[in-house]
Amino acid sequence: MRHVISLLIENESGALSRVSGLFSARGYNIESLTVAPTEDPSLSRMTIVTTGSDEIVEQITKQLNKLVDVVKVVDISESAHIERELLLVKVRATGKDREEIKRTSDIFRGHIIDVTDASYVIELTGTQNKLDSFLGALDASLILETVRSGICGIGRGDRVLKV
Amino acid sequence: MMLSGAEIVVRCLQEEKVEYVFGYPGGAVLFLYDELFKQDQIRHVLVRHEQAAVHAADGYARSTEKVGVALVTSGPGATNAVTGIATAYCDSIPVVIISGQVPTAAIGQDAFQEVDTVGITRPCVKHNFLVKRVEDIAPTIKKAFYLAASGRPGPVLVDIPKDITAAKCEFDYPKSISMRSYNPVSKGHQGQIKKAVQLLMEAKRPMIYAGGGVVLGNAAEPLTKLAKLLGFPITTTLMGLGGFPASERQYLGMPGMHGTFEANMSMHFCDVLLAVGSRFDDRVIGNPAHFAEEPRKIIHIDIDPSSISKRVKVDVPIVGNVAEVLEEMIRAVEASTRRPEEDTLATWWKQVDEWRRRDCLKFKHDGDIIKPQFVVQKLWEVTNGDAFVTSDVGQHQMWAAQYYRFDKPRRWLNSGGLGTMGVGLPYAMGAQLAHPGSPVACVTGEASIQMCIQELSTCKQFRLPIKIVNLNNRYLGMVRQWQQIFHGGRYSESYMDSLPDFAKLAEAYGHVGLRVDKAGDVEDALREAFQRKNDLVFLDFQVDPTENVYPMVQGGKGLTEMILSAEDL
Ligand SMILES: Cc1cc2nc3c(=O)[nH]c(=O)nc-3n(C[C@H](O)[C@H](O)[C@H](O)COP(=O)(O)OP(=O)(O)OC[C@H]3O[C@@H](n4cnc5c(N)ncnc54)[C@H](O)[C@@H]3O)c2cc1C
Ligand SMILES: Cc1ncc(C[n+]2csc(CCOP(=O)(O)OP(=O)(O)O)c2C)c(N)n1
Ligand SMILES: [Mg+2]
Repeated sequence: MRHVISLLIENESGALSRVSGLFSARGYNIESLTVAPTEDPSLSRMTIVTTGSDEIVEQITKQLNKLVDVVKVVDISESAHIERELLLVKVRATGKDREEIKRTSDIFRGHIIDVTDASYVIELTGTQNKLDSFLGALDASLILETVRSGICGIGRGDRVLKV
Repeated sequence: MMLSGAEIVVRCLQEEKVEYVFGYPGGAVLFLYDELFKQDQIRHVLVRHEQAAVHAADGYARSTEKVGVALVTSGPGATNAVTGIATAYCDSIPVVIISGQVPTAAIGQDAFQEVDTVGITRPCVKHNFLVKRVEDIAPTIKKAFYLAASGRPGPVLVDIPKDITAAKCEFDYPKSISMRSYNPVSKGHQGQIKKAVQLLMEAKRPMIYAGGGVVLGNAAEPLTKLAKLLGFPITTTLMGLGGFPASERQYLGMPGMHGTFEANMSMHFCDVLLAVGSRFDDRVIGNPAHFAEEPRKIIHIDIDPSSISKRVKVDVPIVGNVAEVLEEMIRAVEASTRRPEEDTLATWWKQVDEWRRRDCLKFKHDGDIIKPQFVVQKLWEVTNGDAFVTSDVGQHQMWAAQYYRFDKPRRWLNSGGLGTMGVGLPYAMGAQLAHPGSPVACVTGEASIQMCIQELSTCKQFRLPIKIVNLNNRYLGMVRQWQQIFHGGRYSESYMDSLPDFAKLAEAYGHVGLRVDKAGDVEDALREAFQRKNDLVFLDFQVDPTENVYPMVQGGKGLTEMILSAEDL
């Protein structure tokens, strides 16, 4: 099962390696991991996407909680939540492809944020699925480069992850 | 007043009432050693290898309720310490390790004796710190001691660059510390405790399985009280020995791979299992699938939520400090009018006693040949069961655990989780320093003792009258046993050739050495050794090289599938 774990961790040097080291040492999967400081600069927030049986995910959250620098851990995929990922894709855009790419990007609500006479850079945010389908909709031979941020997640409604 | 970082470190250790620092100097810690030199409140014990510094600090902590302290230099000093740190980590022992680091400006430059100590030790510490400003030293050391000793204990490392030990600032030792990211639970959940007590009262075949958490949490007293109140059979893991008095009738010995027949059968066939500060290690429950075949309800008390339902599904988890939870349970049992049904319990005890009658620890011995088990039995008699006993890793460790009957906690010091050969002598050093005047025995093997043999020199310098009980079988016995049983008797590299004359070696270090060849001389040799109150005596017992440890549960087998003796092979 796929799980999305959000955590708050003291923003100290080495914090990231404590978390990533835990996953590699215990053989847990990491599909993606994003991290950045929060509005309180002494804290960082991470979103980790992982897969595993219920028992394994239970151990993952317990082990994360056990890290001395970790302040809070929530498996946000246990209830209603929102996931977003950012995609930047550079495509070859010449001749009649330029119009076609622009149209596809519009359909997916992407933005063209860099233009040369031979290429576009398109920015798109959405769920993992949406980004996958957008890339699928582009002509693969035109894709020059892609970069994805990994997932950020947040609970819906009143649920707040805060100190 | 402005103090240097080095002065601050020493002042912090003084504030923590540290008696002994086990260490070894080097370039990066010269300022620290200079400050140690200028004071006499803390005694520094100069070991002969940094591994032993951490082991000795760890042994000191195991034999007391205090935090052990080790001090090492950067680079090789720190890497030598790693085995000691990992050993303490695997058994949850509170140790603070202070390591020197190259100056801040040199970090990352491949400087002389630079290693990423924080990176190397990260997976085997409870937590670690790199101190980057002199102002951070005091709060960091305060945190280190707090983290090491609270919650599930463990080693904490503080890495201090050399320039930080020279820089100056005002010293102010924090009175207390609070960390928003670290709040170990201590009180157990009331509702869960109630549920647990109810289950215990309704049990038909109850069993208590206590572990290292009872020793670490200083809970032998409430455990003994509760166990007696309930009258249930009880077993303690290798790490829990002494957590319940071995001489009590309720005690069934150790469970697991080399546990007793009665302990393993009762663990397997009980209907309610009360696990107290024990973590269902693979050496204890054998094959988890086989263990799960028999239905039973499990209550598990542990301070670390990640120990619960890790390897075995638990029905009533209770997260909390053992001592507090057990006290609560005692109150609940005392307040309740219900008691376990006497007849049902008597029937269960009849079964347990029948298992016990197999007398699985009996061993044959006749003639001159020394059986290792016999040596440990005699050691127990000669010391009235009241010594601090350390061991190394191997067959001798298991025999010490099986045949020395511990009635008190913190008397048995060994490496269970990591199984580190070489701990025995440094553990004995830590215990002897913490308990001057008490008998301390190190039960070891001819291979293990050589892994930290250099510490005989430290023992001389600090006049530590340890008694080394070397069960010399000329083999890496535990390895030989596995090769005999699982590898067709092909004894690949498990025979120890060219052994030194240990008695002479001990003498060379300025100690007393005795070689014992005959069973008839064992007791006298032990008595003589313990009468020499001021001498370290190295007793080199030439024991039966073919003896194996029984009972034995092979890896992957179920707890009830024990090999009981050589006849079962
Ligand atoms: C050669 C060899 C053979 C071995 N054979 C056996 C064997 O036959 N039988 C055996 O039992 N072991 C054996 N061991 C040891 C085994 O590997 C484990 O180290 C041991 O079984 C673990 O003991 P434990 O379950 O008591 O846990 P420990 O490692 O002692 O862990 C303690 C537990 O208590 C918890 N705890 C700590 N403090 C508190 C507190 N204050 N309150 C509540 N909980 C707390 C911790 O979170 C942890 O879960 C062997 C080791 C070696 C090297
Ligand atoms: C540092 C280390 N290396 C290797 C091992 C694997 N090992 C476990 S027991 C053992 C043999 C120990 O021999 P000895 O000390 O003579 O004890 P015996 O089993 O003969 O009583 C070995 C090599 C270990 N536990 N620790
Ligand atoms: Mg041997």
